Amino acid sequence: MKFVDEFRAPELIAKAGEEIRKLADPARHYRIMEVCGGHTHAIYRFGLKDLLPSNVELIHGPGCPVCVLPMGRIDDGLSLAAEPNFIFAAFGDMMRVPGTHGSPLEYKARGMDVRIVYSPADALKLARNNPDKHVMFFAIGFETTAPSTAVTLMRAKAEGLRNFSVFCNHVTVIPAIRAILDSPDMRLDGFVGPGHVSTVIGCRPYDWIAQDEGKPVVVSGFEPLDILQSIVMLLRQLRDGEAKVENQYKRVVPWEGNRAALRAMGEVFELRPYFEWRGLGFISQSALKIRSSYAEWDSEQRFAVPGVRVTDPKAAQCGEVLKGVLKPEQCKLFGRECTPEQPVGALMVSSEGSCAAYYNYEHRKPVTIENAAAR
Amino acid sequence: VCLAIPGRIVEVDPQNTHLAVVDVVGVRRKVDLALLQDEHPGPGDWVLIHVGFAMSKISEADAIEQMQTLTMLGETAAAMEEVRGYGLENLENEADYGSRELKQ
Repeated sequence: MKFVDEFRAPELIAKAGEEIRKLADPARHYRIMEVCGGHTHAIYRFGLKDLLPSNVELIHGPGCPVCVLPMGRIDDGLSLAAEPNFIFAAFGDMMRVPGTHGSPLEYKARGMDVRIVYSPADALKLARNNPDKHVMFFAIGFETTAPSTAVTLMRAKAEGLRNFSVFCNHVTVIPAIRAILDSPDMRLDGFVGPGHVSTVIGCRPYDWIAQDEGKPVVVSGFEPLDILQSIVMLLRQLRDGEAKVENQYKRVVPWEGNRAALRAMGEVFELRPYFEWRGLGFISQSALKIRSSYAEWDSEQRFAVPGVRVTDPKAAQCGEVLKGVLKPEQCKLFGRECTPEQPVGALMVSSEGSCAAYYNYEHRKPVTIENAAAR
Repeated sequence: VCLAIPGRIVEVDPQNTHLAVVDVVGVRRKVDLALLQDEHPGPGDWVLIHVGFAMSKISEADAIEQMQTLTMLGETAAAMEEVRGYGLENLENEADYGSRELKQ
C-alpha cells in the first residue's frame, strides 16, 4: 500500500454534484452544519463549496477541540508546568495555542519541561521513565480521544504509578449541538455528523436531533465523495419532509459504537455539571471530569489549580464564527492581526479550525476574474 | 488530534496481548489494542489508529481509501510523524522522549 495523490472516482464526484443541484429547491436556502473540524478541513481543502449551488450553505461547527478550549484552561495547565520537577506533556496541536503568558512552546523556550506526545500511553511511559518527576498529560479532544485517556488512567492506577496525572479537558459533542440548536440566532436545516466520534458513540445519541428537533443527521466519512453523498442524503430527507439519522460511513461506524471504548470512558469519567467552551460560553454537562476513584491521577484534584477565566480579545469574533453567524473573513482581525503564523483566536491555530482552513485554502487562492467579484 | 491512521497488525505481543506491532506504510510501531478487545483483532487485520490506540477494525479496501483521504487532505506527513512518534517502542534515550521534535 502506498499514498496516491488523486481524487477517487472523479466521475462519481461530478455526479454527486449534479444530484445536489437537482435536489436543491431554488426557492429554498439550505443551511447545513458539518459538526466535525476534520470535515471543515476537507471541505476547504477539496474546494467542495465550488461544487454546491449557492443556496446550499455549509456552516462550520464546533468540532475542533483545540478551537473550543478556553484560554483559561491553557493558563491553568501551564501554571503547573512552572513547578519544579514537572513535565507538561500534550499533543503537538496544543503547542502553539496561545495562553495569556505564551504558548506551551514559549514556556518550553523559557526553560520549562514541555514535551510533545503522540499518544496518552506515551505520556504514561514518560512517567515510568522519569520516576523523580511528575508527568502531567494535558488531555484534549472529543469522544475520539477520550477513551484512550481513560485506558491510560486505568493502567496508571493498576500500576500504582503515582507520578502521573491527567489535566482533563475532554468534551462531548452532543451538548454542543444542543447549545447551537438552542441559540436564537441559529437556523439550521440539518447536520453532517462527525465520522470518528461516531465510531465511539455510535449513531443513537443523535436520535433526539431528528425526533425532537426535526432535523436530519447523516454521519459522514471524510473523502470528497463521502461528504457530497452525505449532503445528497440530507437534501433527499429535506425534500421528502423527513428527519432521521442515517449512516453514510457504515464501513467504519457501527450503529452501536465501540462498546469497549464506552466502558472505559464510563469507568474513568463522569460528566461535569458545566464547562466553558470558547465562543459558546458555559454549556451544562458538556465535558468529562475524572471520577473521584481516580482522584490521585487527576491534576485538578491533586494540585491547586488557579481556575483562571480569560475573556477572549474583544476584537476577535471567534464566537460568532464558531456558531456560524459570521464567516471567517467577516471577522475584523481575519488575515490582518490574526493569521496561522500569529494566531489571536483559537480558530486560526488548528488546521481543523474554520479560520485556518479558510485562510489556507480560500484566502490564498489567486484572484481571477471569476472570483474577484465575490471578494 | 483527529487523524485516523490505517495500519495492519503484524503481531500481537505475547506478553502484553493489549499491544500489537502495526505496519503503517512500512513504518512499524506498537499500538494499543485495548479499545478493540471485543473484536479480537489479530495479525493481518487492518485497523484505524487514533493517538496510538486502534479504534476500529476495517477492510483492506477501506484502509487504502483512508490513506488516499489523508493524502488528499495533505496530512500524510503529519500522520507519519505521529506514527513515528509513538514511543511504545524502545527509544535510545527514553527520559528525553518528546524533547527531540521541539529542538529545531
